[in-house]
Amino acid sequence: MLALLIRDLRLAVRAGGGFGLGVAFFLILSALVPFGVGPDRAALAPVAPGILWVGALLACLLSLDRIFALDHEDGSLDLLATAPLPLEGAVAVKALAHWITTGLPLILAAPLFGVLLQLPPAAMPWLIVSLLVGTPALSMLGAFGAALTVGLRRGGLLMSLLVLPLYIPTLIFGAEVTRRGAEGLGAATPLVFLAGITLGALALIPFAASAALRVNLR
Amino acid sequence: MSLWEYANPVRFMQVSGRMLPWVAAGAVIGTVGGLGWGFLTPDDFRQGSTVKIVFLHVPAAMMAINIWVMMLVASLIWIIRRHHVSALAAKAAAPIGAVMTLIALATGALWGQPMWGTWWEWDPRLTSFLILFLFYLGYIALWSAIEDPDSAADLTGVLCLVGSVFALLSRYAVLFWSQGLHQGASLSVQSGERMSHVYRYPLYLAMIGFGLLFLTLLLIRTRTEIRKRRLAALLARETRA
Amino acid sequence: MRLLAAEGLAVSRGGLRVIEGLGFTLDAGEALVLRGPNGIGKTTLLRCIAGLQPPAAGSIVLAEDAVAYAAHADGIKPALSVAENLAFWARVFGGTGAAAALRAMDLEALADRPAGALSAGQKRRLGLARLMVTGRPLWVLDEPTVSLDAASTLRFAEVVRAHLDGGGAALMATHIELGIAGARALDLTPYRASGAAPARPHSFNEAFA
Repeated sequence: MLALLIRDLRLAVRAGGGFGLGVAFFLILSALVPFGVGPDRAALAPVAPGILWVGALLACLLSLDRIFALDHEDGSLDLLATAPLPLEGAVAVKALAHWITTGLPLILAAPLFGVLLQLPPAAMPWLIVSLLVGTPALSMLGAFGAALTVGLRRGGLLMSLLVLPLYIPTLIFGAEVTRRGAEGLGAATPLVFLAGITLGALALIPFAASAALRVNLR
Repeated sequence: MSLWEYANPVRFMQVSGRMLPWVAAGAVIGTVGGLGWGFLTPDDFRQGSTVKIVFLHVPAAMMAINIWVMMLVASLIWIIRRHHVSALAAKAAAPIGAVMTLIALATGALWGQPMWGTWWEWDPRLTSFLILFLFYLGYIALWSAIEDPDSAADLTGVLCLVGSVFALLSRYAVLFWSQGLHQGASLSVQSGERMSHVYRYPLYLAMIGFGLLFLTLLLIRTRTEIRKRRLAALLARETRA
Repeated sequence: MRLLAAEGLAVSRGGLRVIEGLGFTLDAGEALVLRGPNGIGKTTLLRCIAGLQPPAAGSIVLAEDAVAYAAHADGIKPALSVAENLAFWARVFGGTGAAAALRAMDLEALADRPAGALSAGQKRRLGLARLMVTGRPLWVLDEPTVSLDAASTLRFAEVVRAHLDGGGAALMATHIELGIAGARALDLTPYRASGAAPARPHSFNEAFA
């Protein structure tokens, strides 16, 4: 399992773009919103938590099809399916690699973009915590969507259609944590729900995703 | 003979063919009767004549949810017992469910305008239906994107299971997110005691009618799907030989 | 030692059976070459044996984790070096002997080169070297000699022979004579599916035909 993780990370580093693209997209989105909403602090601050979460979610979506598509093309997926490593484990590891290359840079960059969007300083820790707790679910659910559409030639758009509705609960609770943090309210309840969804997704989705992969391999 | 024998395509075609006229007749009586009777009910003292949209709105909303549940059951039957008709029935049901959801949303908007003064409100129930509609769209899109029927049936089955869990999660997440305006009391069916008999009986009839309407459409669509699969199978055999 | 036993096997491609009623066994030290015209279902059969696809009917009995599968796509990452590619698969399969595998397939000089810079034949050799590091006894090979030159083909035959001598077995689909002594040939033509309706439908195309 570790070997697979190291290989995926090494590939992401060597191929380039793996770390950078999502964050660059996130930056552009955060820079565009003020052009649409207006430069007022009073207008930006209330929408900042939501924009940051939606931005993180879309940035995460961008790189999802890379989770399995390349391995499917070059036959690695066939070989992984016959390896002693259970396919469920391989799916979980690949989702983890996606999170490290996409989710983690987003979390590190989010406070910076929060400043751009006039997010109140009190909300910063909550933003980071909510992203830290929520984004693993985004990667895992994304891996499920990628597994469903791996054999399709133009699966990218379809995958967004399948994955985005699954992101709704995570988005609601994640943005709610940040919003409550910004308003100085207690954010523990939505944070617990968010963690519950993430843990549930991490526990169950690998089985669904590997079942979908097996169907697409045959 | 076991219940599962009805899942045999030939047997299903025979039985469904015999059932179809009766079910269709029931659907016509139920929907026309329920909606017509509903139209003739007196105006509500607060809501005026707009209350009559309930006879369309509530049955459609009810069916929107029930059809998803039916798809979930059919997908489970397919995944566990591998009855091909079951997978096709789930496929056939999805567009009907999507249309029912759309009717519920549209009538909700039409009703919301005079009642709440807005076409759309991010109220938990409306939002949940919008999310349900998105799930229907994804399911239909996945079916139509995959050419191989065996893969498509398996993948949409898995999507239906996962989607059901997340649709339910979204429902509660949305409740948490916004407390909403949807008045439960005077309109909802569950609190029947608040609703006058004048409205309740035609509503029940319309609900039965919509259930039968769904069954009629489902049978027709499933029969079409079976014939389509049969054509495809014959064609595949022909090109192979 | 028996490594593989297939009985009453039927496999389908695109929802239609291509082979049915196939039975054969493979013991340690044996090589079995599948023959038959294009489209008879050799690839499909090999994918079934490798466990990538369920058979339409019949049984495949294999030891747990026995199969190493090699097909047209070699699972090579162009951004990694030859040695890194091989080391990765060795770690995933828990096998050893990457250095010996490189030597056997004459890839030592290329070990540090990125795999993306290899020619088709060199990639193929790397893909076959991967078999050696899996440590698995049953090699399932789909056209292993495609894009190999004569010298590499001989080298590969040598590797297969050494694998058989070491208690392994090989099941392969190939059109050329590898010159492996004692290799049996199995012609699939007699097992071509008749097109008669099966007792228990497996796919949509069978259920509704």
